Amino acid sequence: MTLDQLEPGQTGRIASITGAGSFRRRLLELGLVEGTEITRKGAAPLGDPLTYRVRGAVLALRRSDARVVEVVR
Amino acid sequence: MIALVGNPNTGKSTLFNALTSGARAKVSNLTGTTVDVLGGEMALGDQRVELLDIPGTYSLAGRSPEEWVAVRAMLGLDGQERPAGLVLLADAVRLERSLYLALQILELGVPLVIAVNLLDEARAQGLTVDVAAVARDLGVPVVGISARTGEGLDALREAVAALVADPSAHTPGPRHAWSPDLTTLLGEVQALLPAPLQAHGPGFAGIVVLSLDDAEARPAEALDVPAIRAACARHDDPVVELVQTRYRWLDAHAPNWRQSPVSDAHTLSDRVDAVVLHPVSGTLLFLGVMTLVFTALFAWADPAIGLIEDAFGFVGEQVGALFGEAPSPALAIVRDFVVDGLIGGVGSILVFLPQIALLFFFIGLLEDSGYLARAAHLVDRVLRLAGLPGRAFVPLLSGYACAVPAIMATRAMPRFRDRLLTMLVIPLTTCSARLPVYTLIIAALFPATIQGFPLPVQPLVLLAMYVFSTFVTILASIVLGRLALPATESAELIELVPYRLPSLKVVLGSTWRNAKHFVEEAGGVILVATVVLWAMLYFPRVDGHDLLTPEIVAQAEASGLNVDEVANGLALEQSIGGRIGKTIEPVIAPLGFDWRMGIGIIGAFAAREVFVSTMGLVYGIEDADEENEALRAQIADQRRPDGTKVWTPLVGLSLMVFFALAMQCTSTLAVLVKESRGFVWPAFVFTYMTALAWTSSFLVFQVGRLLGFG
Repeated sequence: MTLDQLEPGQTGRIASITGAGSFRRRLLELGLVEGTEITRKGAAPLGDPLTYRVRGAVLALRRSDARVVEVVR
Repeated sequence: MIALVGNPNTGKSTLFNALTSGARAKVSNLTGTTVDVLGGEMALGDQRVELLDIPGTYSLAGRSPEEWVAVRAMLGLDGQERPAGLVLLADAVRLERSLYLALQILELGVPLVIAVNLLDEARAQGLTVDVAAVARDLGVPVVGISARTGEGLDALREAVAALVADPSAHTPGPRHAWSPDLTTLLGEVQALLPAPLQAHGPGFAGIVVLSLDDAEARPAEALDVPAIRAACARHDDPVVELVQTRYRWLDAHAPNWRQSPVSDAHTLSDRVDAVVLHPVSGTLLFLGVMTLVFTALFAWADPAIGLIEDAFGFVGEQVGALFGEAPSPALAIVRDFVVDGLIGGVGSILVFLPQIALLFFFIGLLEDSGYLARAAHLVDRVLRLAGLPGRAFVPLLSGYACAVPAIMATRAMPRFRDRLLTMLVIPLTTCSARLPVYTLIIAALFPATIQGFPLPVQPLVLLAMYVFSTFVTILASIVLGRLALPATESAELIELVPYRLPSLKVVLGSTWRNAKHFVEEAGGVILVATVVLWAMLYFPRVDGHDLLTPEIVAQAEASGLNVDEVANGLALEQSIGGRIGKTIEPVIAPLGFDWRMGIGIIGAFAAREVFVSTMGLVYGIEDADEENEALRAQIADQRRPDGTKVWTPLVGLSLMVFFALAMQCTSTLAVLVKESRGFVWPAFVFTYMTALAWTSSFLVFQVGRLLGFG
């Protein structure tokens, strides 16, 4: 499944990041590497972007951008 | 020289202020960027070293020239002085992410000392960090500190002193081993680099591989990108392997540093976020905070602006008086140049300071407290419709007060393309300088009520101008975003940093630097522009009294005007600006404007509201403001030789549309030159806005006439 499909409160493990370019590199360098736990928190009032907790930090990603992250539950 | 590095929001500015206390920070600006690097003196016992505060970064591989600054300053690239060593400020809660940067630095063989900050925040989450274990694993000294309370700073100074005394003892080399394949690749890439960069070792080759997709983030030396790409293509995903190897090492050692793993337990920030990001309370809070910021810019800055204007008016009068009652013509020119050109020019620079200071004070507070990231998160969905990220909101909102501080405020946006797009459309928002122009036109030309229409007409016209400008701003952002600045990457990532009490010292420091920046960098251009515009409306010198005819005098007396002031108006017609107004009349006539309005438009380049006083001068009323009844009456009564009215509501509408869209503010252009790094984009803004203004006013006037509103 992809990261945007995690429901609030659910935790997944990162499998891979598809896509290319600098956004992928940035996610990786923030520690979103294979095996890292990531928990969906919530969303902005308009339902997008979505918020996640990973490695003690809270990151907000647009729904469309969250789709590039493959996770396993 | 020692450089301070670390992730954003780890308290680096607070630490910099604590370590360099007393010494005033110097700002240096790296060529080709708008990034400020602060420098200060740090006392180490009886010796002093220079400390550089490098902008926060997560990695040495940067995606913009702004992020590339960190690497350039650390390694002394592109002619920068190379620091003797680095102090990495790590975040106790997000330790692995901070130390990821440490691993990159150790790969480069740069001498390093680590300070672990925010131990108190970690303790509050039940985390304790064993700094001795971190030091053992990384092979460099590690000090636990609290930058806010000053805890551990003496130990940090000692560690830095030891670093300065013996840098080579602080370069333990890479901690992790690359796979044989990756080692080969890094060797190949290193061999493809220009000689000066090869010297930085395979660690630098790693940075180049990571940055390969970021065209802006490269060293000044030309890289053989195709060859490096080809080398990388032979390897299976080197980017993932580079990053993953480092995080594997960090994750394997993290249990030594902490007893418990980072918990997902609800922190204080989570509880605050439950309110701040709540659909109802969060939206209300957002509107409240933004109203506060806007009110501060729009209303609270006013008394200070008035004070500056009065002070410069007073100084001008006093200086003018020094020239005596009736100076010789030559001396009168010198007097007018000094009073109206120079003193007035300096005043027109300083008059921006209250809004700049207030805006950067609020941005500093919001950024430091953690709210600015939430605000960007909250409006991201809305601004995406205009092709902009959430971070563009505060600059755009500020544009409704004044484009000058608004353009400066785009500095808080991380991606240069988004910054540039925001800067290109900010001048379209209805700044407060347009308000006097609209007020004068609406009051003079539009009726208060229309029979059969229940609402007051004049406020509605004004409201329509604001709605129109907002609509055009959004449209321009969409169009320019597609055509002029297509996004190479549209992904958005916002870190919702933990809430913290802002440090007043840090906030006031950034407020002061931004104000200073403006005066130093835009001040000169604004002064020159003011003097040039003054000269255009002043020379050649003519005595207007010689141009008075008995007819004009009789007319002036009939309208209750001062004959001397009417004479000055006639002199203005003979000035360079006046002649330009007449020359451009054929160009502006299809918009419904006559040459007098042309003079007003030229005068408005000093600042849009100057249109009002220039029209006053043209009609023989000196020092008129938008509330001036005589000026309103003059405007409403002007007739062409054939008896038709010069100013009709349709002409007024066309003129307001012109003012809404035309780029007539030299101060905005001056700030754009600085913030967009050159003259190309200011020239573009001037061209597209002028073309848009002319075309729109043409359509308004011509279509209005066809519909019978002439």
